[in-house]
Amino acid sequence: MVEWTEFERATIQDIFTNMNYDVVGPQSLARCLIVYPWTQRYFGKFGVLYNAAAIMGNPMIAAHGKVVLRGLEEAAKNMDNIKATYADLSVLHSEKLHVDPDNFRLLGDCLTVVVAAQLGAAFTPEAQAAFQKFLAVAISSLQRQYH
Amino acid sequence: MSLSAKDKLAVKTFFGKVAPKVEDIGREALARTLFVYPQTKTYFSHWADLSPSSPQVKKHGLTVLNGVLSAVELIDDLKGGLLTLSELHAFMLRVDPANFKIINHNLLVVFAMMFPDDFTPEVHVSVDKFLAQVSLALAEKYR
Repeated sequence: MVEWTEFERATIQDIFTNMNYDVVGPQSLARCLIVYPWTQRYFGKFGVLYNAAAIMGNPMIAAHGKVVLRGLEEAAKNMDNIKATYADLSVLHSEKLHVDPDNFRLLGDCLTVVVAAQLGAAFTPEAQAAFQKFLAVAISSLQRQYH
Repeated sequence: MSLSAKDKLAVKTFFGKVAPKVEDIGREALARTLFVYPQTKTYFSHWADLSPSSPQVKKHGLTVLNGVLSAVELIDDLKGGLLTLSELHAFMLRVDPANFKIINHNLLVVFAMMFPDDFTPEVHVSVDKFLAQVSLALAEKYR
């Protein structure tokens, strides 16, 4: 059972309530595919990923970035039970999508960079610590059903 | 994952923008390393104050980022150019190289915060590759 401080809960709610999903989702996924190009292996049917410009402008990637971020929003809404919330998603990523869990961390890092760019100085060290702890818990829950 | 000509140009251009703010960025990156990854504090048990506002954190953040800036000048031969620094880290400081990834991550976060428009995905990948190469060069003399 994960212990959250009041500050951590408030910070996560704050970030996700004020999140611009239409910008942060697409930008995070696109950034991941550009910075860690091997992650493109999971997006063979997503159209043109030839270069950074193509990835940034790809509407299928943009749509999927929003899907992923809304998935994280579910965890933010269920912070005391992320494990159960993600049980089915974990099976999906393992059994159907066959995603190497190391990729979750890579996407998480890109999301952190995009959120930092959005929030600027408001992304204090304390906020960063809370956000990264949240991501670590979400990632761990997403890995849980792998076998 | 070695540096292409395009990577080197992106790195030199971006760090040209970093240089005037080296003190702030260095301090922020080190402060976040110590705060978000508390295990890194073990290397600084001799400091009185490990908080983000500490004068020692400010001074050392500057030292570290100046080191990275000097690596930009040595980008065509990082292993050779950083030999002395590698010996320092390997034999004297004995910082576990896993920590290089941590400070690199926090440098990227601070770059994104301070240069939201310049730190594009293309610049991000070149800078990430560069920092990884610097880390490898720094770890060269470890064993």
